[in-house]
Amino acid sequence: MEEMTTKVKAVIIGSGNIGTDLLYKALRSEIIEPVWMVGIDPESEGLKRAKELGLETTSDGVKGFESRITDDKVQIAWDATSAYVHESNNDLVKKYGVKMVDLTPAAIGPFCVPPVNLEEMMGRDEQNVNMVTCGGQATIPMVAAVSRVQPVEYGEIIATVSSKSAGPGTRKNIDEFTRTTARGVEVVGGADRGKAIIIINPAEPPLIMRDTIHCLTKDTPKEAEIIESAKQMIAEVQKYVPGYTLKNGPVFDGNRVSFFMEVEGLGDFLPKYAGNLDIMTAAGLRTAELIAEEILRAEAT
Amino acid sequence: MNLEGKKVTLHDMSLRDGMHPQRHQLTTDQMVEVATALDEAGVPLIEVTHGDGLGGASVNYGFPAASDEEYLRAVVPKMKGAKVSALLLPGIGTVDHLRMAHDCGVHTIRVATHCTEADVSEQHIVLGRKMEMDTVGFLMMAHMIPAEQLIEQAKLMESYGANCIYITDSAGYMLPDHVTDRVGILRKELRADTEVGFHGHHNMHMGVANSLAAIEAGAARVDGSAAGMGAGAGNTPLEVFVAVLHRMGVETGIDMWKLMDVAEDIVYPLMTHKVRVDRDSLTLGYAGVYSSFLLFAKRAADKYGLKSTDILVELGRLKTVGGQEDMIEDVALDMKKAGAVE
Repeated sequence: MEEMTTKVKAVIIGSGNIGTDLLYKALRSEIIEPVWMVGIDPESEGLKRAKELGLETTSDGVKGFESRITDDKVQIAWDATSAYVHESNNDLVKKYGVKMVDLTPAAIGPFCVPPVNLEEMMGRDEQNVNMVTCGGQATIPMVAAVSRVQPVEYGEIIATVSSKSAGPGTRKNIDEFTRTTARGVEVVGGADRGKAIIIINPAEPPLIMRDTIHCLTKDTPKEAEIIESAKQMIAEVQKYVPGYTLKNGPVFDGNRVSFFMEVEGLGDFLPKYAGNLDIMTAAGLRTAELIAEEILRAEAT
Repeated sequence: MNLEGKKVTLHDMSLRDGMHPQRHQLTTDQMVEVATALDEAGVPLIEVTHGDGLGGASVNYGFPAASDEEYLRAVVPKMKGAKVSALLLPGIGTVDHLRMAHDCGVHTIRVATHCTEADVSEQHIVLGRKMEMDTVGFLMMAHMIPAEQLIEQAKLMESYGANCIYITDSAGYMLPDHVTDRVGILRKELRADTEVGFHGHHNMHMGVANSLAAIEAGAARVDGSAAGMGAGAGNTPLEVFVAVLHRMGVETGIDMWKLMDVAEDIVYPLMTHKVRVDRDSLTLGYAGVYSSFLLFAKRAADKYGLKSTDILVELGRLKTVGGQEDMIEDVALDMKKAGAVE
């Protein structure tokens, strides 16, 4: 076996909190090299940091780096902007054969929740995959942990995030969060019907992201199997978000199975309480790394 | 206090906030019966939805006996003079629910956020106004921040297009001075054509006193509930408040005697949980905890062998906000674990 010496080159579109946190994580990747950060504000802190860390930057949006995509061999893009501009960002990079990992709730491409469906998705060579929402990344694995044991008629998640970690994008379009997450609970989580609720709490010091997952199973819950399945699923998530923990539960009450989770971030760029943002960037990186492996494998043959 | 000659619009909560003590189990027939009688008594505005607003049907808050749409389609056409309002909490309900409510003939949409998070209400308030609805911004748990911060949040909602902003004492924590400060600053700093409203809870038995303070400070709308049926120890009992207002010479347009009959003969008998100040609802008010946590805390206490007042005090200490019903079982489990260790 020959040693892989080249990393797959990637661009981060969006120089806000998510883009910056993702940058710090991506710099540690053994298989991906972030080479560009694209923003729209020349004064952006994120662009300044990226430049200091050796990336090329532009504040002219995706158009600002279009002429360099081919020369710089950019093959993967993360979009950490907003649902409103995602489609045009995607249209542009798609022309150059770039694979897109979408961290906005635009959901043009199929949903990806790494421990649940990343591997099966890889075989399908999708150009664009969507990371659902932060609440989705934190809860859908647990819905799936139940639905792989037995049918789940209804899955409901309640994500509570600190005020400081809820950005302007989420706030301006909070319905996108509830809708997209609920759909993810169904499509990826495997519940017949899904519902999502988000609560923003301003307490100081900021609370660590909390998530409650309620599943209503069709038949009596198989307790031992669900406990084991949940344990394995949590271990899978912990591979990329070590602070993903089951605080209480599972509670079994009739056909209700409930998990009470806490998500502490790594604190790369964002504070540790912002587990909601951390789980998003960590899942985005993990997804991109699998895409990168595919690219390298294809190039090797 | 002289309120002689003032006018106020009273807004009944028994079919929305009253859904909390009923565990959202009011039937459409019960809703129609109560709403028709309130309409007959001259109550101008009646709120109808799940207790947690449009889209509240959930494991977290409870599944209702009928859907919001079923309730609204049953009640709205029966109203002769009264208008119907609906509540919407962004993060729970969406603009899709709002469109449905509008389609059902709902006149007033009240978009509720925690008092520091007004900016999540933009898309709903904008749509409400676009559909030419009476659009209200509802700042919940307003005891948690000072008046100077509330006005910033109120102005955000006003800038999105809300024509009325509420100070909402969701925990029944406020005393009259708190109400005076908060309603007063809104009245002073919002546009003259933006109304100010007050929504009280009776957990410290201050519903009537606080509502009077609100009117004195400039509130043009005040919420209450027939027989006080609402979360915690209920809302300001509307028939009591009307009696007080009439003694003070405030115009309400409501027939007090008929309203008393609605409260006594219809609403009180249908209560499955008799709404009153008990030690738990008093604890809500004293500790500043969201009123609809009441029955959840009682159930968690029974299930895990704890004291409900202890659970409520802990929820207050953790600075929980409206909608965090999922914290109640979580906190109870934590307390049980801690107890087992001792």
